Amino acid sequence: MTVTAEHTEPTTRATIRAIVPTIKAAKPTIKAAATDTALPVVLGLFVIAVVFGSLSEHFLSAENLTNLALQMAATGTIALGVIMVLLLGEIDLSVGSVSGLCAVEMTVLNVRHDVHPGLAVAAAIATGAAIGLLHGLMVTFLRMPSFVVTLSGLIGWQGLMLYLLGKGGTIDLPYDGEIASLSDTWLAPGLAWAVVAAIVGTYAAVLLISRRARANAGLPVTAWPWLVVRIGGLAVVLVTAVSVLSADRGVPLTFLIFGSLVVLLDLVLRHTVGGRRIYAVGGNAEAARRAGINVRRVRIIGFMSASTLAAIGGILAASRLAAVNQSSGGSDTLLIAVAAAVIGGASLYGGKGRTYAALLGILVLQAVTNGMLLLNVDSSVRFMVTAGVLALAVAIDSIARPARQ
Amino acid sequence: MLSIRGATKQFGAVQALDDIALDVSAGEVVALVGDNGAGKSTLVKVISGVVHADQVAMEFDGHPVRMKSPHDAQTLGISTVYQDLALCENLDVVANLFLGTERRRWSVLGHVRMERTTRDLLASLDVRIPDVRSPVATLSGGQRQSVAITRALLGQPRMVILDEPTAALGVEQTAHVLALIGRLRDRGLAVLVISHNLADVRAVSDRIVVLRLGRNAGDFVTSETSPQEIVGAITGAGDAL
Repeated sequence: MTVTAEHTEPTTRATIRAIVPTIKAAKPTIKAAATDTALPVVLGLFVIAVVFGSLSEHFLSAENLTNLALQMAATGTIALGVIMVLLLGEIDLSVGSVSGLCAVEMTVLNVRHDVHPGLAVAAAIATGAAIGLLHGLMVTFLRMPSFVVTLSGLIGWQGLMLYLLGKGGTIDLPYDGEIASLSDTWLAPGLAWAVVAAIVGTYAAVLLISRRARANAGLPVTAWPWLVVRIGGLAVVLVTAVSVLSADRGVPLTFLIFGSLVVLLDLVLRHTVGGRRIYAVGGNAEAARRAGINVRRVRIIGFMSASTLAAIGGILAASRLAAVNQSSGGSDTLLIAVAAAVIGGASLYGGKGRTYAALLGILVLQAVTNGMLLLNVDSSVRFMVTAGVLALAVAIDSIARPARQ
Repeated sequence: MLSIRGATKQFGAVQALDDIALDVSAGEVVALVGDNGAGKSTLVKVISGVVHADQVAMEFDGHPVRMKSPHDAQTLGISTVYQDLALCENLDVVANLFLGTERRRWSVLGHVRMERTTRDLLASLDVRIPDVRSPVATLSGGQRQSVAITRALLGQPRMVILDEPTAALGVEQTAHVLALIGRLRDRGLAVLVISHNLADVRAVSDRIVVLRLGRNAGDFVTSETSPQEIVGAITGAGDAL
């Protein structure tokens, strides 16, 4: 035994000596990774999967995961809207009420006035945009704090929704109508695989093309191994997801809509002038103003996107329930949407975060809720656990925030 | 290049500027010094179009000009770097340099073109930034100042005004920024530097213009002037003698 110890000890020491500088050097990187990337959330998801997977056989089953994907779309889309205002350093507390109001408007038009479903949906989305415009004008021209504007929106738009609903309180959407069947449409495996191939192929092509453009301009380029890791990583994630979902009913159409919105908005935010300006205003509004950016217009667009996405989320929720009622967009819709955005990594202080925060954050929240439901945990405990997850996410955000004078 | 005569500005009962004269030539660094309230900031704001003087005769390249807004100054080729730098800390160096003037095709950002220009510009000014794609929040004070100055050069101005460029910097970073100011002069730019720090002013300027209580209190050639003379002009000790 002693012999082995003597043998191993120098090696261990050497290893430690070799590792310590690496750790020291890695420290800033770890902090950067914890704050700038989705790493903490992904780790959290992994822990959630392991814990609930071991406690409940059903948790990681294809059926349950498909249900999760189906549940995510509505609130996830609303969370996406919340991110748009968080990036500006503002808040929108009305997204829940707006989602309910727009869903009710669509249903009333479609069911009571026999308006074509497509038109009803378009009208609901336009209403969302108009509400956002109103919020934006109040924040920019009347200089009201967004907290107050959208708090009154939270109450007021819910009031209007209840007024539209009338005495009955519930309106059912026809089960075989276009709107309700939206949530019961699944991608056939062949189509799902084609979509995966198209996404991975496009991603790889774009990476290679931009790499060549950078190389031609004499700029540093991504190392090949890292490029392969990124493309391979995306392929693995998508293939796993589609395999699991196809083992049950398939990829839900609503999930595809949500995912497309996430990707589309991320591209807009990072690769267009408008997106760049949203980040700039969120980072330093005064600097943006002096650089000639129309800060008011950027803020108004932010509030309009939040309310528009809230409307889309409300439509998805109504489609899934095949009805609207007095609690549409009410109770915890707003809280879950804001919590998801923050848990996913969008900063409450503005200027930081990507749209993937909505996807990851809602995944964490739904997975935790779903896991505890499977374990028959009382709702009292569920609330406390959800609060703990949110507090942890905000703590990470606050610590990561650079100290300001 | 820039010539100002008779700049006068009154804020209520306070005479901020009283018949000020100032000249800055191409390839020359002029330091504007003076105690608090001497009128340095007001004069700079008049030049950059932020504040309207009650009376002023301003000439740029021998042509009379009027500054109605900051935009007018920029159109003439006068670029100002304010003390607070006005950088977006969450954005990277490239994004900050092109803030408001992003290179684009339709609305899509030209990342490669902007980064190429950024690197070339930084290299030509010998400004060293570890990674131009990291957020400005990760840079040191001197690096941020350098980024702000570099941004001022992006519009190819002919005159640059720097407001307290070394105020918040350590010794080594101050040296970097002063060297950068020297390179602006070598490029043939007219440079106007406002500073409290006489050591920095002496290190970098060709001429020193002293203001005191809103009036011209001295115009010195740096190499021929002792620190005592400048301090005397700033404090007004010379008047008593």
